[in-house]
Amino acid sequence: MRELRVTPIKNGTVIDHIPAGMALKVLKVLGIDEAVTSTVTVAMHVPSKAMGWKDIVKVEDRELSPREVDKIALIAPRASVNVIRNYNVAEKHVVRLPDRAVGILRCGNPNCITNLREPVETDFLVLRGEPPRVACRYCDRIVEDVAAAIV
Amino acid sequence: MASWKGRDILSIRDFSRGDMEVVLKHARKMAPFAEGQKSSQTLEGKILANLFFEPSTRTRLSFESAMIRLGGRVLGFSSVEGTSVQKGETLADTVRMVEGYADAIVLRHPHEGAARLAAEFTERPVINGGDGAGQHPTQTLQDLYTIWDEKGKIEGLSIALVGDLKYGRTAHSLAHALAGFGTSLSFVSPPGLEMPWEIIEEVKKSGTAVSTTHRLEDVVPVADVLYVTRIQRERFPDPQEYERVAGSYRVDLPLLREAKKDLILLHPLPRTTEIDPVVDRTPYAKYFRQAFNAVPVRMALLEMILGVGG
Ligand SMILES: [Zn+2]
Repeated sequence: MRELRVTPIKNGTVIDHIPAGMALKVLKVLGIDEAVTSTVTVAMHVPSKAMGWKDIVKVEDRELSPREVDKIALIAPRASVNVIRNYNVAEKHVVRLPDRAVGILRCGNPNCITNLREPVETDFLVLRGEPPRVACRYCDRIVEDVAAAIV
Repeated sequence: MASWKGRDILSIRDFSRGDMEVVLKHARKMAPFAEGQKSSQTLEGKILANLFFEPSTRTRLSFESAMIRLGGRVLGFSSVEGTSVQKGETLADTVRMVEGYADAIVLRHPHEGAARLAAEFTERPVINGGDGAGQHPTQTLQDLYTIWDEKGKIEGLSIALVGDLKYGRTAHSLAHALAGFGTSLSFVSPPGLEMPWEIIEEVKKSGTAVSTTHRLEDVVPVADVLYVTRIQRERFPDPQEYERVAGSYRVDLPLLREAKKDLILLHPLPRTTEIDPVVDRTPYAKYFRQAFNAVPVRMALLEMILGVGG
């Protein structure tokens, strides 16, 4: 039987070393839903030398913006992002957890000024740890479930 | 320490111990001016804008008093009724408009983070006069000043914070401010209203000795400072439960029989039933002095951020 999870893709992105169980959140971050136009392959709970278990997401015909890579770093801080062009790994990036997350999260505090109609982007300090947490620079609220706060 | 001129006063977290000490020393110099014994014109020609998006008489009047005592003038509003805010103007726009009319801005706002946002839209220094359940740094500095001024030092004191420590922002900010000063802190609260663990951890990390208890009697004999805060009725679904809990955290004369002679008793006011009014006549009661200290502390901050005096 052919192993689906190693099927090579011609063009696109392979996100590897996602913490086991986080693949669906990665899809959400990338805005992949029923309207997606290219093939997306998800492998969950794959044995990994480094991590024990991991998830992998492959998205065909799409490369990620730096902002999308930052979002992935917040939920999968050890992920690697491989850009595939014509069946070859054209670029290989290990994501870097940013120090700040600007404009990519919504503050969970309904009384936070950033949830009003003000002309500002949200701004969070990223706190190290597994999983990383973030703190709103406006209201100090700590967001535990970062994936749920991604806009 | 960077220059104070033009500096925003947004959160006590932005202050190092050294910064706080500079404010305390400056505030002490301001005390005779705050009391009206001496007069000063250091802020003559300066205008302070008091932007109060929700009422807070105490905060507003103490800033006004501080500014006027130093020869400055004050404009602004004490609630949003009848202002452009009611027509839907953003805070960012209000601040950019007011910037043209004043040299510094005090902002009181019902939403957390409002002062930081305001500061991003103006070059004028912004003082956070309380934003929602968030920060109120001048209140914290006033509390710190009262302890320092009454006891002559902060280091080495045994300080107990009493009341609703879960939701009470004054207690959170004061605990944070005291963390750098080498005190020993006791957190005394009813079950369910304990100090959040993040704050306990943060305070411990600074090397401060921390203890927690549900019993006020435990801390009274050892405390140098009792900082009492309100326990709000709204936190209890059952009114009888509230009465019972509030009663067991009430400071009265029998309780104080065990206290050190030089204990000082503080409260951010207004109080409800936490301190028996008969205690007001004892030498322990310093909460009205604490309320007065709003003025010298705010005078010091205004002089510093407007780059005069000092
Ligand atoms: Zn916030």
